Amino acid sequence: MTATERITDTLILAVIALLVWQGLHQIVGDTALPAPVPTLAYLAKFVPTARFGESAWATFQAFILALFFSYAVGLSIGIWMGFHRLSGAVGEPILISIYTLPKITLYPVVLLIFGLSLPGRVTFGAMHGVLPVALLTMNAIRNIPPVYLKSARTMHLSPWQTITTVLVPATLPEVFSGLRIGFTLTLLGVLLAEMFAAKAGLGFLIINAMQLLQAQEMVSVTVVLFVFAAAANALLLWIEHRLYRRA
Amino acid sequence: MSKVGWIRLAVIVLAIGLLEVCCRTKLINPKVVIPPSEMADALVQMLISGQVNGQIARTFGIVLLAAAISIVAGFAIGVVIHAIPRVRQALDPFFATYYAVPIFIFYPVMIVIFGLSIMPIVLMGVATAVVAMIIATLNGLDRIPRVLTKVARVHRMGTVSTALRLKLPAAAPHLFTGVKLVVSYAFIGVIASEFILAPAGLGRVIADAYSDFNNRRMYAMMLLLVIVATAVNMLLHVFDQRWAERRGIGKS
Repeated sequence: MTATERITDTLILAVIALLVWQGLHQIVGDTALPAPVPTLAYLAKFVPTARFGESAWATFQAFILALFFSYAVGLSIGIWMGFHRLSGAVGEPILISIYTLPKITLYPVVLLIFGLSLPGRVTFGAMHGVLPVALLTMNAIRNIPPVYLKSARTMHLSPWQTITTVLVPATLPEVFSGLRIGFTLTLLGVLLAEMFAAKAGLGFLIINAMQLLQAQEMVSVTVVLFVFAAAANALLLWIEHRLYRRA
Repeated sequence: MSKVGWIRLAVIVLAIGLLEVCCRTKLINPKVVIPPSEMADALVQMLISGQVNGQIARTFGIVLLAAAISIVAGFAIGVVIHAIPRVRQALDPFFATYYAVPIFIFYPVMIVIFGLSIMPIVLMGVATAVVAMIIATLNGLDRIPRVLTKVARVHRMGTVSTALRLKLPAAAPHLFTGVKLVVSYAFIGVIASEFILAPAGLGRVIADAYSDFNNRRMYAMMLLLVIVATAVNMLLHVFDQRWAERRGIGKS
């Protein structure tokens, strides 16, 4: 598929989405779902305001910190369980069961520990992101063909050289998939935390707008988050494809 | 059970035991976490008293409904999309982005449109689950070996019997993986929606107990959810493995 074709397809999808939005608006009325054009006009006015800026900054802070912990903890667990076979065999099913658990059920525990503070939201976001990073890193390390390590030993590479010239290049594509999924889930975790209980952030802004029946504001923030998540994912997917092609 | 299995069991028992000891010795504040034994006790008593049985039935009912809709609709949509390659090509970027967008940001929109009823919760359950089924269906249909369609032609089988006797069994393992994902996604979608805002249900019970500082009730319900979710996922995993082994693509 050529690049122009792909862009056309994406544009067609966007147009269809807008048409569906307009259609739903006709059915349910203005108070429930405002029409796309006025909403986007409102969005253009709302995004530069200080109120939006503060909320976006609060979400961004929590997200970046949560992402840092997701990656740091996830990579450590993944590397440990990938190299130490027994830990991996023991731990993998446990990690998978935690991965499939609806983690929102545990949010009240996080709240009891941290209160309605930034660390609470960061912890909850990181809880979502750690597992995919750990699981995919572990798999990447396990799937290194043994011959790679043997040749490293035959060539008398130092441990550092083995890491930089053999291990990292061999595992990078799959580890990067883990980082991409971790990014997505961390964002979900932070937003869920803000929606359930918080006094700041974009998730809070959505819930607050819903309770005040500010449909335009609610939909505007939703659109902003949607576009951010989709764009970030497209970028990460593009990098990932390049890594796989190189490997 | 294998050696690894025993070690795993020991690790889990040890972790729970450690939590119990920390709670009993007040190393962890009992206002924050109650001992696991007390959680279990609270759960048993609540189940016997039947105070929340209605809520439990409601939540699991919604999960089942959302999962059933997702499986049927996801399979049907997958078959249609697979039949029209141009549509599929156009939808590929959509599928690639779908799970990257935190779908729950649309829940408030759903509430405003449909009101605070069962409807937005079912829709969120379906929204989180249905695309996994579509993707699994497409995967399954893609991996049907060419030779099977040739066999069908050699035997002059009709479209319907080819679909039922060759294509469906060939795609079945992938479809089952889809079902497995649908169940766990529907679970997450429904519970998370109930947590954010809902008239009733298990998520609401936990959220209320949290607001009332009713730790016994909160931890009892959390324990129930963790047990049910783990049991269902393990059951589906075992079926999945069996199926894979029988078809000779399993691990062992």
